[in-house]
Order: sequence, then structure tokens, then C-alpha cells
Amino acid sequence: MAYVAVKGGERAIDAAHGWLAEARRGDPECPDLSLTQIEQQLGLAVDRVMAEGSCHDRSLAALAIKQARGDLIEAAYLLRAYRTTLSRFGASRPIDTDAMRLRRRISATYKDLPGGQILGPTFDYTHRLLDFALLAGTPPPPAPQATPKREAAPRVTGILAAEGLMRPETASEAAPADLTREPLAFPADRSMRLQALARGDEGFLLALGYSTQRGYGNAHPFVGELRVGEVSIELQPPELDFPIDIGDITVTECQMVNQFAGSKTEPAQFTRGYGLSFGHSERKAMAMALVDRALRARELGEEITAPAQQEEFVLLHSDNVESTGFVEHLKLPHYVDFQNELEKLREIRADALRNAAE
Amino acid sequence: MTTAAGYNFGYLDENSKRMIRRALLKAVAVPGYQVPFGSREMPLPYGWGTGGIQVTASIIGPDDVLKVIDQGADDTTNAVSIRRFFAKVAGVATTERTAEASIIQTRHRVPEAPLREGQILVYQVPMPEPMFRLEPRLAETRKLHALADYSIMHIKFYEDIARTGHIATSYNYPVMVDDRYLMSPSPIPSFDNPKLHRMPALQLFGAGREKRIYAVPPYTKVRSLDFEDHPFQPIRADGTCALCGSRESYLDEIVTDDRGGRMFICSDTDYCGTRAAGQEAAE
Amino acid sequence: MSPLLAAQGLGLRFGTVIALDDVAVEIWPGEVVAIVGESGSGKTTLLRVLSGMMPPQAGRVLYRDPEGGQHSLFDMPEIALRRLHRSDWGFVYQNPRDGLRLGISAGGNIGERLMAAGHRNYGHIRAIAAEWLARVEIDPGRIDTLPRNFSGGMQQRLQIARTLVTSPRLVFMDEPTGGLDVSVQARLLDMIRGLVAELDLAVLLVTHDISAARLLAHRIVVMQQGRVVEAGLTDRVLDDPQHPYTQLLTTSVLSA
Repeated sequence: MAYVAVKGGERAIDAAHGWLAEARRGDPECPDLSLTQIEQQLGLAVDRVMAEGSCHDRSLAALAIKQARGDLIEAAYLLRAYRTTLSRFGASRPIDTDAMRLRRRISATYKDLPGGQILGPTFDYTHRLLDFALLAGTPPPPAPQATPKREAAPRVTGILAAEGLMRPETASEAAPADLTREPLAFPADRSMRLQALARGDEGFLLALGYSTQRGYGNAHPFVGELRVGEVSIELQPPELDFPIDIGDITVTECQMVNQFAGSKTEPAQFTRGYGLSFGHSERKAMAMALVDRALRARELGEEITAPAQQEEFVLLHSDNVESTGFVEHLKLPHYVDFQNELEKLREIRADALRNAAE
Repeated sequence: MTTAAGYNFGYLDENSKRMIRRALLKAVAVPGYQVPFGSREMPLPYGWGTGGIQVTASIIGPDDVLKVIDQGADDTTNAVSIRRFFAKVAGVATTERTAEASIIQTRHRVPEAPLREGQILVYQVPMPEPMFRLEPRLAETRKLHALADYSIMHIKFYEDIARTGHIATSYNYPVMVDDRYLMSPSPIPSFDNPKLHRMPALQLFGAGREKRIYAVPPYTKVRSLDFEDHPFQPIRADGTCALCGSRESYLDEIVTDDRGGRMFICSDTDYCGTRAAGQEAAE
Repeated sequence: MSPLLAAQGLGLRFGTVIALDDVAVEIWPGEVVAIVGESGSGKTTLLRVLSGMMPPQAGRVLYRDPEGGQHSLFDMPEIALRRLHRSDWGFVYQNPRDGLRLGISAGGNIGERLMAAGHRNYGHIRAIAAEWLARVEIDPGRIDTLPRNFSGGMQQRLQIARTLVTSPRLVFMDEPTGGLDVSVQARLLDMIRGLVAELDLAVLLVTHDISAARLLAHRIVVMQQGRVVEAGLTDRVLDDPQHPYTQLLTTSVLSA
């Protein structure tokens, strides 16, 4: 009987894992994927896995994608599980996105601005027509080259702030709480919220951000600026009094500019929504910025009416490692509880049928 | 009919185009009413103007001359992309001159030069429902339109004035069409709203993601919502175009440095270029 | 003269529960009629049917418009019924949250009905709103306050102002003092009594509170298990109840 198989499952599990390994590999006649190929040619998948796995390591992320057969949530989970095993020897200084080596930088709020609009490698203006040249493996013609202008690219939010139109943020030197070490507590402060959003599921944040645009949360967003490029990671060991550069990473940063109606005590002004993500992930950074702004409703005294504004709802359901675990755990045996349910239902039905007969 | 690129003329198949034209006819017959239509997936993403593109694709013919603007300009990335798309899939002539175009597809602006009879202005619309920020449920807003009950919009304006002394809406400013339907003019600046009123050209609005089409036939009454004692006032930056010297056109603000430096230029590039050329010729 | 609203033969069942059984009610201009009964007696269902919110399974409700035309309520198009609810009629809910927009200022709440009636002058709308706030004893200085920052009693008074601002002829009230403190209830009842007399309103009041009915109503309709068991002038019904159920109600043996 099938039930017995579940109990004597050790051999079955081994066999299932064997089958999985084979299925992952696919046809052995077909060449094995190298991690370099994944890193190079599926780079955006690698970026997403690093962001949601909250661990910046391109080759480990590529390995996770390979091992997960391209299931990116499973890959993020593999990376998170690996991250647990790493010891921590310090915290980097805050990255300085002002000093980013820009690969892409656009503003939707100005036609032109200091530092210019840099389109960079973007899908935005491509026509989504399947390119059968890729099927043939034809290499693309070389892209035109230019020397980067070394012109400062001030932040759009800074430009608006100089005119007093941007609601100021209060700077804090306090060490932020660390979501990877401490549980979320509610109400959560903004640094905690941003940490949760930064590793939140792209699809979930996308849907929530979209809902705010459709009237569920009353957002009036503009992309003040979106920038993608390399920033230095600096570490200041306690024994030194200067920071050391330990390498560069690619990040995507989005600053959304939103209308704020103002109140009796504050004049109307713009407010910020902020998004930052590992690698090149514009959708994620933008969705995060929309949701960040929506979650500021309480702080700004706005009425909380929509799902995206509800902090607990958003933050407790944004982590796809947690969500997938709990949804998928329903596959585990639940027959002890179910047996109880069966008995209870039979009892209630028997009573009802008896009463009806009387 | 196919083009050299191997696509049907205008990309969409003929049956889809016919379906969209039927929706357009209904929209013209009931000015300002949002007609649902079976929006298709297009090779440009939702939000990039798929509604406008589908409308244009359905009405364009080989003799048409197409102009595409975004933010008033022909040279903005998205305008370039859409113009190229139609050049490729319809092989039609394109122009940057407002007066020469038979179809003008636009995102966020109405050209400065008055349009004439026979021209068609196709608007790209992100959110066709003018009340969506106040009532996001479509079943409910549909009922409000049926009952012509627009008091939530008036309350919103009342609250704006009570709080700030002004109606706070500056773009996508709602209008009443033919005294019957409340309509989103799409996110054009309120500066452009008066141009919709009794315009000799046909105005078509397409919202691809939201799957709605609506229209304002030529010479239709279009009134911006307001109060008697707080009349509608179009907003424009108080400046002069640095290129053509216009004091009437809608202006873009260009940040020239990070020390507060600003300059203004016309948002409508054709209008600006035509004026500047005229001034040069006069000199 | 003929009644503003006349219902005959109303019947409604929810499964095996009889909510309304051959009910007839009339209300005349300027008259306050209280529908009393314990909870489950069908009085709230009756109010919902009479106000057009719920169709009955039997019977009909006739409404007379200001020009004297008669309309069968459930044959009216929805648009006409909805217009009626924001012009000639008003509805005061037990819970003011059901009748107010909590995220809109007090002035905006009162102004909504005016704007729906075609008012388009901001200053004028605001002046009327301020005047109505004063009439319901709310400081007009709070015209821009959101009702969610009001006490329960103030919310209820605001709801009444919002309902009465367009001078309806007929107002439905569903336990308007329910859920309020006793001292607040007394003040509210007093205010309602004053406004009803001043504006010559017809009111259909559903209440389980016999003292409220005595204070406000000209006539009383007593309901039990979906039936009208007794009806008549307030003094007569309360001081000389004929039906045993009314006798129980008036001696407060039944807790409603």
C-alpha cells in the first residue's frame, strides 16, 4: 500500500534524489552548463538570486541557479542557506551611490540635467520581437564606444531639496538593526523595512507597487532617478583609522519622487520612495521604491487603506524563502490532524442528519 | 496586406484591427464613455503606449503620415521607438511636422499648433478611469458613470481647496465631455486641457493594459471640472523659451547645474523649431 | 393629501425565518413614525425594504414625489432610486461610519450632498456646511477636521447634518442613538426632535428604545416576528397597550 511507502521512505527518498540529479542534468549528450556561462549570459537571473538570497557572490549565485534547475526562488533559498554558514567579520561602511561609476542613469522628471541621461544596456526601447538571430548563435555587431564624460551627476532628489520642495529626511548615525540577525518587530522603522524590501520577492513587490499605481494606495510616483553602476565597498577595521576598499559591486538605485498633499502644519511637497538592489535589477528597485513610499503612510499621516500601505501585511509576506516554505510545506504529511478533522466532521454531520430526521 | 518586414500591415492582424475599429466607432458615438476592448499583447511593453499603438495600428493606412511625440517632443526615446515601429510594420511616411501629419500619436501632450479637421490625435492612456484614485473598484466606477454621479471628484477638489487653497491636480485633470461623461484627458498637463474643447480634429484615447478605448469627436464640448469661485486655471512655468522666445507655449525646465541653475525650453519641439526657423529667416 | 410612502402586503423570508409577514405601513408628510420591537422582530428589515435597499418577495411600496406623482419603489430604475436617496430622502445609519466618509473632512461630508445636487460654488458650499455644523452643535471651526477624530456622538450629529443639508422630506433612521452613552443619547434625541419640528420632516425611526419612541414619534408600529401586532398614536399605544406583546415591551419585561 502507498501508505507503507511513505513510512519506509528512506530508499524512496534516495531514489527521488537520484532522479532529481538526473533530471537537473538533462540529456548527457548535451554539454553541461558552466557557471561562467550562467554568470555571463543569464546575468540578470544571477542578480535576482543575489538580491533575494541577500548574499553578493556571482559565482555562488550561478551555482545555485544551476543546482536549482533555473528555479530562482529555490536558488535564492540555496544561497540564503549557504549564507547562514558564513561567519561575519565586520560591516562595511554605507555605500556611496553618489560616487557610482554610472552605466545607466535616467531621470523621468527632467528632459535633461547635469550628468545627462545615460541609457546604458536597456530593454526599454527594444521591440519585443523574438530574435531568431540568437537561435543561430550569430554574435551581435560590436556596440559603439565612447569615452565616458567625467561630469558630476547630482541626485534629482538633491536638486529638488535645494529648492525646499523635497521633504527632508532625518539623518541618523545610529547603527541600523540587522534583519539577518534580528526578527522583524512592529512597527518597523524605515531601515528595517528597507532591508526587508531589499531582499523581498520581486514579483510580490512588483504586484504591490503596481497596485499603488492603480488607486490602491494613492501614489503619484515619478522616477526622479534610476541609476545602475559600480560602487566601492569599504571596510574600516577597528585597528585602522581609515577605510580600505575591498572591491566593487554593481547596484541599482531608484529614487521615486511622490506628491505629498501636505497638512495644516506642513506645506505640500515631494516625498521620497527609495529602492536599492544588488546587480542590475531595475524592476525590483522601482517596485521597492513604490512600496517603500506606500509604507510611509503612517509617518506622513496618510490614511492607510490599501494592502501596500499595511506594514505587517507587506513585510511578513515579502520574503519568498519564507512564503515558499510555508506554502510548499502543505505537501508534508498532515494526516494526524486530518484524521481529527475527519472525525469532527463526521460527528457534526451525524448530528445534523439526526436533527433533520426528527 | 503585408510589409517588407514580413508582418501584416500595422502589425495587428486584420480581424483584431476590425475589432478595435468597432470599439472606436462606439467610442465616437458615445463621447467620453470608456469602451472595453480585447487589447492584444504588443511587442512594446504595457505602459509604453500599447493602447495608443493599437489604435494607431487599426486606423493607419498606407497614405497616412504619422507623427509620434512623447512629452511634446519627437526626439524622446519612446517616441523614436514607436515611430520606428510603425515605419517598420506599416512602412508609412513619418514626419515631425504637426501640420503635415494625418495621425499624431502622443504621450502626455497636445501639440501647440491648432489641429485641423481631418487630423486624428491618438492619446496613450495609462489609467482611463478618472476616479481611480478615489474609487479603485471598476464595478463601482462603472456604476458611477452610469448614474453620472461624480460627487466624489467634486469632494476631492473641495478637500484640496480646504487644505491648500487650490485644486491640487496639475496633470491628468478630469474633464466633462459633452456634459455627460467624466473623462481622463490622459496625463497631459492641465495647460493642454482647453485645447480639447471643440477641437476640429478627432481625438482617440487608447489604454492597452486597462483594455479601454474612448473618444472625443470633433467640435465636442469638453469642460475641465471646477468650482464657480475657483475656476479651472491651466498651469504653465512662468518663463520664456530659451530657443524660440515663446511666452505662450508649455515649457520644460532644464537643470543646468547643481547650484540652482535652470533654463526653460518649449516642450513641443516642432512648434519651437518652426518658430526659431521663422525668426532666423526674418533676420 | 396622500402619504409620502405607503407599503402594503410586504412579505419576506430568509430560508425558514419569516422576516416580514403581510406588513402595511404609511407615513405622511411631517410625521414621525417609530417602528419598535425586540431584535429579530423584523424592524430593521422593514426599514431596508421601505427605503428601497432590499426588495420584498411580496407586496409593494409606493412613493409620492414632490410633484404628487406616485412611483412603485421597486419598479423605479436604480438611477432614480439613487437620486431619490440623495435628494428627497435621507438615511441615518446606526453606525455613523456607514453614513460618513471618514477620510474626508466634516465640511466635505456635508458638501457631498450639495455637490451631488449640483452646487458648484465652493464658498457657498462651505458657508452652508459651517451653518449646518453649528445647527448640530459642532464647532464650525472644526469644518476641516476628519470625522475619524470626532467622538461617536459628534460623528452621529455630523451624519445627521450631512443627511439633512439638502432638505429631504423623508428621513429613515436606524437606531440613531444606538451605541452611544446614555447622556449623549439624551442630547442627540433632543437635537433630532428640534430639527424634525423645525424642518417639518417625516421620519421613519427604527428603535428598540421605547423612551426614544415616546419622545420623538407621533405614531408607533409594534413588530413581532415579522408581523405588525399593534399600531396607533404614541400615547395610546404606550399608555394603553392592547396586544400582550406590546404590554410586555412597555413594561420593559422584554430586553430588546
